[in-house]
Amino acid sequence: MSGNAEHIVKSFEHELTRLSDLLTRMGGLIETEVALAAVAVVERDPGSAARAVEMDPEVDRLEREVEQFAIRLLALRQPVAADLRRIVAALKVAAAFERIGDYAVNAAKRSMVLAQFPSLSNLAGIGSMARMVQQNLKMVIDAAGTYDPEKAIEVWRSDRLIDDLYTAVFRELVTYMMEDPRHITPCTHLLFIAKNLERIGDHATNVAETIHYAATGEVLPDERPKGESSAFASEQPRG
Amino acid sequence: MNDVAGEPGAVRGKLPDMRAPLARVVVRHLDFFYGTTQALKGVSLDLPDRQVCGMIGPSGCGKSTLLRVLNRMYDLYPRQRAEGEVLLDGMNILGPDVDVTLLRARIGMVFQKPMPFAMSIFNNVAFGVRLHERLGRSALAERVEWSLTRAALWDEVKDRLGSPAAGLSGGQQQRLCIARTIAVRPEVILLDEPTSALDPISTLKIEELIDELKQDFTIALVTHNMQQAARVADQVAFFYLGELIEAGSAAAMFTAPREKRTQEYITGRFG
Repeated sequence: MSGNAEHIVKSFEHELTRLSDLLTRMGGLIETEVALAAVAVVERDPGSAARAVEMDPEVDRLEREVEQFAIRLLALRQPVAADLRRIVAALKVAAAFERIGDYAVNAAKRSMVLAQFPSLSNLAGIGSMARMVQQNLKMVIDAAGTYDPEKAIEVWRSDRLIDDLYTAVFRELVTYMMEDPRHITPCTHLLFIAKNLERIGDHATNVAETIHYAATGEVLPDERPKGESSAFASEQPRG
Repeated sequence: MNDVAGEPGAVRGKLPDMRAPLARVVVRHLDFFYGTTQALKGVSLDLPDRQVCGMIGPSGCGKSTLLRVLNRMYDLYPRQRAEGEVLLDGMNILGPDVDVTLLRARIGMVFQKPMPFAMSIFNNVAFGVRLHERLGRSALAERVEWSLTRAALWDEVKDRLGSPAAGLSGGQQQRLCIARTIAVRPEVILLDEPTSALDPISTLKIEELIDELKQDFTIALVTHNMQQAARVADQVAFFYLGELIEAGSAAAMFTAPREKRTQEYITGRFG
């Protein structure tokens, strides 16, 4: 791939590196945002939530910077082949990262509300989801930094586990709500938080697909491993 | 490596069914020598009927040599020889019994620098027609008008057909040369860097013209301008050191070429 050889025009090579660096910086920020949001939820720590929220404007700013820079490269360099694929990928990845930041902020804000309610006995499900989402996110950010198709495929494959966990958490929370109506408000927030985490996983998968195409020129198949079935999950009232 | 029919690259498996179109010119295992120097090595390539085949590659890669073989231009020079096969509608044009003058009427060529003859605009176009056909005065005038119209030049010159061709602008001269080429109604048109001496707007006019002409003609276009190949070619062939490295649809070649050397050349990493 083009990564092997330097471009004859060095300034173009520098620009491609800069584009890559911008994405890596964005990746670092959203990784922290998601981690802070997870701590805020699981540890009931409003301080972490506030820090996650504070980081978001910088993520948004970086997205705009990537977008403008990519458009400039398309116009001025008229890239082809791997260069073209990388620049178009940067546009898509930046947009996905920005959305991931938004989901993290949403989860963080909900955790602040949650902290005002008595603690629910068991947050293990959400905790595992958060860990797995962070793992995938870290891997996809690495893949984006190095255009590593193997890592991208790994992320793409493992999203199914997150979806399965989400379905389990969904059922668990619905059960809590049926047991005691006072749980409805906190559990609804938790449901949204779980959904946010699940969406972060989906965006990580999209980024993986984009990176795979940028690196290899080959599109991954349409049927991606998909496990999320909460849309069809139902809990019948017992008794 | 040299399979032209297979759809490589970018959107593998997602393309509509695009069967390889009928090949007008079929090049098989072509070797070419300038004296002892081998300029083409085992080149096999199809020029699909009524499509534009763009040929790219660094200087000395053999792409212009291939054009010179396609209409036996090399016959004009001693010590140059071609081995292998070039089939035009199934007939090997490298054979000894081929009438080269007739061949050149079937496979016309336009060069890098517009070279109008030192005669009137009308006669530039009529020249080749008179050589190959016996047309009456009005039929000849019709043919000249047809050619100039197809070459997108008619409106600009119809009121001064008797003026010397040298008075036209560079872009107009090049379109005149194209008109001269198509006047004898060839099947194939070879364009050797037809816009490298032209300004950007004249270049776009020629490119638009190429787009029009491919409805009737099979076109081979040698160009150093990669964007031009991307803009006008249906199929792109990349040559390097006398070998055909890769050929495929322009879309595939410029989004996801299969060969590393193609990738590095078109992205500006070697050449």
